[in-house]
Amino acid sequence: MTAPVTPQVKVAPSEPATSSRGRRIGPRTTKALISLGSLWLFALLVALWWLGSNNSHSSFFPPLRLTLIRFRQLWLFADVRTDLAPSLFHLAIGYAIASVLGIAVGALMWALPLLRQASSPVVYFLYVLPAPILIPAVLVLFGIGASMSVAIISFACVWPILLNTLDGMRGTDQLKIDTARSLGLSYWRRLWSVVLPGASPQIVAGLRAGLQVGIILMVVSEEVGSTQGIGFFILQAQENFAGTDMWTGILVLGVVGTVLNVLFVAGERFALRWYYGSRAAARER
Amino acid sequence: MTAVGDGSAARTLVLEARGLHKSYTVDRSDHLAIADISLEVAKGEFVCIVGPSGAGKTTLLRCLSGLMAPSGGVVLLEGSPIVSVPPEVGIVFQDYGRSLFPWLSVARNVALPLKVRGIPKTERTRIVGEVLSSVGLGDVAARYPWQLSGGMQQRVAIARSLAYKPELLFMDEPFASVDAQTRFELEDLILRVRNEFEVTVVFVTHDVDEAVYLADRVVVLSRPPATVKMVVEIPLSRPRDQLVTRADVEFAALRGSLLSLVMGH
Repeated sequence: MTAPVTPQVKVAPSEPATSSRGRRIGPRTTKALISLGSLWLFALLVALWWLGSNNSHSSFFPPLRLTLIRFRQLWLFADVRTDLAPSLFHLAIGYAIASVLGIAVGALMWALPLLRQASSPVVYFLYVLPAPILIPAVLVLFGIGASMSVAIISFACVWPILLNTLDGMRGTDQLKIDTARSLGLSYWRRLWSVVLPGASPQIVAGLRAGLQVGIILMVVSEEVGSTQGIGFFILQAQENFAGTDMWTGILVLGVVGTVLNVLFVAGERFALRWYYGSRAAARER
Repeated sequence: MTAVGDGSAARTLVLEARGLHKSYTVDRSDHLAIADISLEVAKGEFVCIVGPSGAGKTTLLRCLSGLMAPSGGVVLLEGSPIVSVPPEVGIVFQDYGRSLFPWLSVARNVALPLKVRGIPKTERTRIVGEVLSSVGLGDVAARYPWQLSGGMQQRVAIARSLAYKPELLFMDEPFASVDAQTRFELEDLILRVRNEFEVTVVFVTHDVDEAVYLADRVVVLSRPPATVKMVVEIPLSRPRDQLVTRADVEFAALRGSLLSLVMGH
């Protein structure tokens, strides 16, 4: 019933490529060239957007040229502090709360079968509920402002984290548990030193899914119940027919989402290098 | 500790099993894996357990070591009934790749049972260094298990189980997953560390040659429901040598009779 997302494993090219002149290029250069080369579609779409919008007079689909000019005016870096920073701050707090709660409660549900039995129906029900539906209710509870955003972000993020934690722990290799018992680890020590580390790839997959959800809720919550933030900015621009402003807001979200994902993947690569290393070694055997 | 006099010298018993039986329920029918097994292991002995495939050797090892509770009978470690896996016991499993923790370096894997026992860090580092040297892995402490070859990984697993100086070491077909050459090296390794650490070993194997080479006594199990078919003394001289011992006429004779016992002639 969960949606475990398996971490992507990128395999480094095993042989160096050769350039047309027959010289050998190293694997890292090859990777970099492949990454740059794969941006061709992106560049093509941007070019199409530019050309397609160039002569537009619609206030909601302004020329890309003007949007980019406005982007530089607003977001490099004047409005970042007033409009973007609060949103990111709410996301950070909400995501942090959700991560800690999700992992802790997920681990407890694994460790205490009675708790798991009792709470499973509730958890699965709340998991499939689209969080934006609850915004009016949360608005009533918390009022307009920061705490409402943080609350709804936490609520939305916690479910994929919790369920992936539970799932990852349930998938623990029994042999590792037997080994841990043979080495003298107590039940809770086994949970902390063996089951959780073993489940960490799955937990990280849940954290990643949670991040995606968090970004969405960060924006949506502000569109409904806030007086600041990037979601509020976009909504305001829309209501004031400020087309370029609105589009700059959308671009900002694109950049923020990309940067957060890149940072997350980099962090994941570092924290789970044992996992990627052992999988690569297993493949070679 | 229970002492047993056998006429020539009193042996101290490390492990005693009395009337063990174990049955599983599979698809609502009861499957009796172990019927009635009693055995004794004296301190310092090297006992091998052999039997036909599926005989319940691993089930027996799990009951003896405390990983599994038997359906009936009792297991005594130095006279006291065991509850779960006693801290004086070590277990080395066949699948070293899954037994070793891949998120920990070799040193941290070996140090884990010491950490759990509250041994301080400097002491841990010293012990880890010593035991890794004993198994011939002095220079891989900082690497990760999955960076090592199969034979080296099993050495790490052995080192980890010996680090806290257990009284009794169980080994479940530990060399079945390595190539023949490495297997000979590891056999000699376990004989060497057995002396060095003064540990009693109970070694399950399907390989009769290996059992004769390593053991003081070999316990032969019957087909399931498993009972002890026979216990064979191995009077071959020590230290054992891969070339000399295996060329011994008595080695061949013991091997032959054990093989026929296992194969059910």
